[in-house]
Amino acid sequence: MDIAVNLKDVSKRYDDFKLENLNICLESGYVLGLIGPNGAGKSTTIKLLLNHIKADSGQIEINGKSYDKSGPSIKNDIGFVLDQDHYYSHLTIRKIGRALSPFYTEWSQSKFESYIERFSLPFDKKISQLSKGMKMKFSLAIALSHNAKLLLMDEPTSGLDPIVRSELIEILSGVMLNDKKSIIFSTHITSDLDKIADYILLLNGGKTLLNEDKDALIERHAIVKGPKELSHEVSDHAIGIKKHKYGFEALTCDKNRFLNDSRLIFEKPTLDDIMLYYTKGESRC
Amino acid sequence: MNIIISNSSEHPIYYQITMQIKEAIIQGLLPPNSQLPSIRSLAAELQVSVITTKRSYEELENEGFITTVPGKGSYVAPKSNELLKELKMRTVEEKLEEAIDSARLIGLTLDDLVGLLKILYLEE
Repeated sequence: MDIAVNLKDVSKRYDDFKLENLNICLESGYVLGLIGPNGAGKSTTIKLLLNHIKADSGQIEINGKSYDKSGPSIKNDIGFVLDQDHYYSHLTIRKIGRALSPFYTEWSQSKFESYIERFSLPFDKKISQLSKGMKMKFSLAIALSHNAKLLLMDEPTSGLDPIVRSELIEILSGVMLNDKKSIIFSTHITSDLDKIADYILLLNGGKTLLNEDKDALIERHAIVKGPKELSHEVSDHAIGIKKHKYGFEALTCDKNRFLNDSRLIFEKPTLDDIMLYYTKGESRC
Repeated sequence: MNIIISNSSEHPIYYQITMQIKEAIIQGLLPPNSQLPSIRSLAAELQVSVITTKRSYEELENEGFITTVPGKGSYVAPKSNELLKELKMRTVEEKLEEAIDSARLIGLTLDDLVGLLKILYLEE
């Protein structure tokens, strides 16, 4: 079993924020979705994984190597898509492709060009002239053109329309046909992960609230809806509850307790539901 | 073979996949010894996680419907048709027992019951 990413008790402190005791153990061939509200620590996590910032404590290993000893070798195997401009914006797509090739031992110009064509990007436009969606696709083309084993993406789809988001998911599904590739994808648009994520890590205020297999996570929770009279009973076994004039809605991880009550309705939660309830309510699970 | 997933079903996705593959095996769409799609290609096609399809295949293997050869793939078990027939047989027996219990309650004789069975069977 190859471990693509191994973070042990990683912490990072800023003046007004602390990422605490982060643990990630991602096997090769799987997709980890990092979710949480803005400011939860998702970008900090990605930056730690890229060695753009250093952890205050804990260990980080990527494909079995640490940055202290094998920095360049690790970077060679990582492809990334970040929510910011980080390429020379006055260069054209074609020129950047050529400029990057000496940095990666397995750079494939032909792969790069075929992705650019597939994404219908204009070779001879400057990066600064591209739309947000095009910039993301451009970054993705680079990330996919040097046989990277690990893809790190920090909010790649924020501000993009559902069509572009869906195209990204399709491309990533294609990448995952290879069991030697792994992806860590941070987003606050959880619906993107409903389809492709194998594991979910929920961060809030720098703390890890959930870290498990997505299917298991969804299966052990349920949305419960019912009449006001039952809200007290349910709220004792719920992660969070929303009461309104005409009834209530709650997220529970103990639905078997209430299954026999025909006054209640049960629904499968989405990742959005889970994120909302866990970040708002106190967990009683 | 068709596999159609419902997100609003009460059944988990891995369970729906398992059931539909069993259906395909019963219907002969997946004959004994034929190869199933890889766990990964199925996940990509259905746009579900790899863990989901992996779990479906593990269930199918635990129940004896498929065998997975590491490095090669997953194949429909040679005896799977018989396994399914046995399962269906058990269901037929259970349903008949239910019918018999109900029939006894209202005083139907064996002949009455057999007669009813003939009519219903021939109707379809």
